[in-house]
Amino acid sequence: MTTSIIDIKESIVLDEGGSLTLSEFCRACNIHAEYVTELINEGILDAQTGKLTEWRFTGICIRRTRTATRLQRDLRVNLPGAALVLELLEEIERLRRQ
Amino acid sequence: MEYKDYYKILGVKRNVKQDGIKPAYRKLARKYHPDVSSEVDAEDKFKTLNEAYEVLKDPEKRVAYDQLGNNWENGQDFTSPPNWDPNFEFNGGGFTEQNPSAFSDFFEQLFARRQSTFGGSNQTVHHPAQDHHEKIMIDLADSINGTNRTLTLQKPYVNEQGHMLTKLHILNVKIPKGVTQGQQIRLKGQGAGTTGHSGDLYLEIQFNPHPLYRIKERDMEFDLSITPWEAALGATIRAPTPSGTIDIKIPPNSTTDQKLRIKGRGLPSPDKTKNGHLYALLKIRTPPATGQREEDCYRNMRDTMPFNPRKNLRASL
Repeated sequence: MTTSIIDIKESIVLDEGGSLTLSEFCRACNIHAEYVTELINEGILDAQTGKLTEWRFTGICIRRTRTATRLQRDLRVNLPGAALVLELLEEIERLRRQ
Repeated sequence: MEYKDYYKILGVKRNVKQDGIKPAYRKLARKYHPDVSSEVDAEDKFKTLNEAYEVLKDPEKRVAYDQLGNNWENGQDFTSPPNWDPNFEFNGGGFTEQNPSAFSDFFEQLFARRQSTFGGSNQTVHHPAQDHHEKIMIDLADSINGTNRTLTLQKPYVNEQGHMLTKLHILNVKIPKGVTQGQQIRLKGQGAGTTGHSGDLYLEIQFNPHPLYRIKERDMEFDLSITPWEAALGATIRAPTPSGTIDIKIPPNSTTDQKLRIKGRGLPSPDKTKNGHLYALLKIRTPPATGQREEDCYRNMRDTMPFNPRKNLRASL
């Protein structure tokens, strides 16, 4: 098997000035733009303002969206159910840290 | 290759009715789903569970699996029978949308026939750019100081003959100072794709649990044990912290569970004015009364300082 060794010079930490456009976000989460609207309507993602081209997404958006899609796919919960699970998971995480 | 006892994995008897498979799977899927489970090896257990379900939910695969006999133990060394040819093709999908490459050698040898779609063809195959996600575990010290990590990934590519091959892709990545739990690092062009234009690689930062420090975003909290006289009279305590030894001033009449903030000594931030804080949670520890003098000292305190810590308790509700 061939091997390539690469030194990464450019890495972007999202949430610290770095954010994704709608199309970058859709590709990162492997979803369609329509689904983003559903996630916003369900409160999983915060509402965006301005034109579609001005929408911006953070690292937290990626994490929440990927968790929601996995929950829907693997446990067959619907979107409101996934939103509820996400909130409960975040509450557990908060309590654990105390 | 190890034999997999799919019935044992699903927690059902070998003679379970077909309609008993799904509820058993669903129950365990909720227990071991990596997003909801707190078990350390949840991800592996979930994969094994999906593999077991993939076989047992399908009556044809189940019959074929049962033909291996029931004298095998889970984990026993196994080779498939020489006449084994159940003519299965498994390409993933279905309820769990599982990627067959995630399944065990045992599953692959019995049920997954490798397809040679690209074999012998001169046709150039293009795979669109795809983003790839990985989790990366770091220690608290790595976030405070920054670190370098080497990642080894298998990346598919198409050679000149149109064959799909994989190559080892070793990435030396700099993890910048001050990354926080759950944060995503985007590496442009390091994802999957064979068209000359690759997707991006996203690394999600996960902290290894620390025995002393609890972390919330950029703030860190730890328990600081103090003596009753330090709490009562006040004191300055030297304490080692991840960012160096510091002096912590305990104000007089401090109490247990009181929080002291040490400004800017939490996780660093690229914008230094937004550095996290370090919180010391005071815990008053009482020395044991091990001799006459110590007992006299406690008796003296009792007689000198009438103190009722249970004022809030009442006989009636």
